[in-house]
Amino acid sequence: MAFAAFSAGTTGTEAAPRRKSPIALLLLLPGILYLVLFFLAPLVSLLLTSFQAPSGFGDVGQYSYAFRWENYVEVITAYWPHIMRSFGYALIATVLALVFSYPLAYFIGVKARAWPLLQSLMLVLVIAPFFISFLLRTLAWKQLLSDESFVITSLKALSLIAPDAYFTGTPVAVIFGLTYNFIPFMTLPLYTTLERLDLRYLEAGSDLYARPFDVFRKITIPLSMPGIVAGTLLTFIPAAGDYINASRDFLGGPDTQMIGNVIEANFLVLQNYPAAAALSIILMSVILVIVSIYVKRSGTEELL
Amino acid sequence: MSSGEFASAGADLELVGIQKRFPGFTAIEHLDLKIPAGSFFALLGPSGCGKTTTLRLVAGLEEPTAGRILIGGTDVTNQKSFQRPVNTVFQSYALFPHMTVLENVAFGLRRRRIGDPVAKAHEALRLVELDHLASRRPQQLSGGQQQRVALARAIVNRPALLLLDEPLGALDLKLRRQMQLELKTIQEEVGLTFLHVTHDQEEAMTMADTVAVMNKGRIEQMGAPEELYELPRTAFVANFLGQSNLFTGPVVGSTSEAISVDVAGQKVVVPAARAHRHTGEVTIGVRPEKLTLHLTEPVDDVARNVMGPGHVVDVSFSGVSTQYIVEVPGIGNLIVFAQNMAFGPVAHEGSEVWMSWNIEHGFGLEDDASAEPRFEADDTTRSIATQKRSSLLTELEGA
Repeated sequence: MAFAAFSAGTTGTEAAPRRKSPIALLLLLPGILYLVLFFLAPLVSLLLTSFQAPSGFGDVGQYSYAFRWENYVEVITAYWPHIMRSFGYALIATVLALVFSYPLAYFIGVKARAWPLLQSLMLVLVIAPFFISFLLRTLAWKQLLSDESFVITSLKALSLIAPDAYFTGTPVAVIFGLTYNFIPFMTLPLYTTLERLDLRYLEAGSDLYARPFDVFRKITIPLSMPGIVAGTLLTFIPAAGDYINASRDFLGGPDTQMIGNVIEANFLVLQNYPAAAALSIILMSVILVIVSIYVKRSGTEELL
Repeated sequence: MSSGEFASAGADLELVGIQKRFPGFTAIEHLDLKIPAGSFFALLGPSGCGKTTTLRLVAGLEEPTAGRILIGGTDVTNQKSFQRPVNTVFQSYALFPHMTVLENVAFGLRRRRIGDPVAKAHEALRLVELDHLASRRPQQLSGGQQQRVALARAIVNRPALLLLDEPLGALDLKLRRQMQLELKTIQEEVGLTFLHVTHDQEEAMTMADTVAVMNKGRIEQMGAPEELYELPRTAFVANFLGQSNLFTGPVVGSTSEAISVDVAGQKVVVPAARAHRHTGEVTIGVRPEKLTLHLTEPVDDVARNVMGPGHVVDVSFSGVSTQYIVEVPGIGNLIVFAQNMAFGPVAHEGSEVWMSWNIEHGFGLEDDASAEPRFEADDTTRSIATQKRSSLLTELEGA
């Protein structure tokens, strides 16, 4: 199952529980109850809502249970660009986060092995942004990148960007925000795999006539696949559903709305609950399909 | 030969004035070594003696602090490991877990763009009798099978020089014997130069044409296994390569034929040709299996040295032979290996015994008798620690 990909940080050799004891079941019970109550029930409710039809004589926002599958056709026709945009932005942000995080994680996990203190310090720096709410951090970026900000005016003064250029409200700003916010989620799983990377494999590769680039391509990358898969999933999935960065109140504009913004608008503003629910189900299914194909194709099963 | 073709035959390896320092200690003091093409050369020594460092220097995984490395007459000191015509069978095997056995073996061929890597990899796997497991992953194989894959992965490249880093260390005794035989057969079949690093003296002696005993970053003695065993030059070699009974004493008489040494009042004769020092305090020795145990005082024989009387303090029966430890007053403990020609041990703990050996079997060491510890083996934890400490102190003084 796709979720196995998240377990990159743990070794795959842990022994499965040998016998079923009542204590184990008892300990599992809170978790099962929690999942049933707060995951399964809402999911069923969401699914039912997505097929609801407007009540015949009700007000705006009043719906009754039905099997109105046209809801799906309608939202797909209406919000097709938003769906595509969401996955496009999420993909670009994931690739960028991987490109930034891999060297960072490699440095912390491999090069800094001899200095554990440096290693811990750098890890703390990676996690440090979590101490501040990500809403605040995204708002701060909005300030920093706004038209009158020091950064933009300086760039204009230096003629590095056109005098009428702007940053907030553009796709670049949204992708920047997504990349920035999800880099730690990429770096940490990458670090956990790279930290355990056995350098003797790299030596063996070099001994077998592989140039440094070939060693990286043929040995380092495949051996760090569990981290890459976990990191990209942890970035891609939330990024595809994100509605903060693309929101008009933050880094986005009218032309950068993602599926999350549409769901939010339908739920809170338009009170079109079936449309919002249908969009949520679509988002979830597409992500599940993409993730399953990705995990299957990356062939990381035996490395997990 | 970074790409294109195989080495046509094994090549010489020459190390000239190699020195390797790591921060804090010197792994190799000064090493000169020449290994002729096509030979099976073993580098033998205790852990920490610098043998693995030597191997890694040859493989290009470490850079020497000083000195040159030549393979087949070409200076490769400044070449990276992927440029050298050398392959290694690593102690940990280091088989790539994300590739099948076949892809592991074909890896080096593909990197060098050698034609038809798959067929050649299959051929190498057939040589180690593992072709039927070609599509498995390394972690699905047993230790012995993994070792053979590692070997196939190295020899498929036909390197001029094959380096073996204690590859048999993790195997059990039976598998080890089997692999030793296989390695030897392969070496004879493909005619490569083998450099084998090991701490197992038996392995080195059974497999290698030439053995070099290494200690504290330098080579103590080098030669054919029989030569090293029968005529060790230093106390370290005498004790590391098998066991030895060593005695120290002044030379009291010498002729062109033999020297006689006074060992705590007993006269021991050693052939002059087999002794390195002919005057002053010397250390002489004899191998335990050369000693004959007597229950009564033996009659004087000019061809034999006699030592005794002593008391048996320990008897251990090991099937083929029995090991006796005999305490001789003023000299110390002597080890005797006696073939079990009769049923069970012939002497018992506490028995009074004499020992004799053919004069021809004695040897005299090159070591300065006063500087070397008399009967202490050099490879105990304590002596290694003492060596480390003294070398660190000299290092600190030098800095």
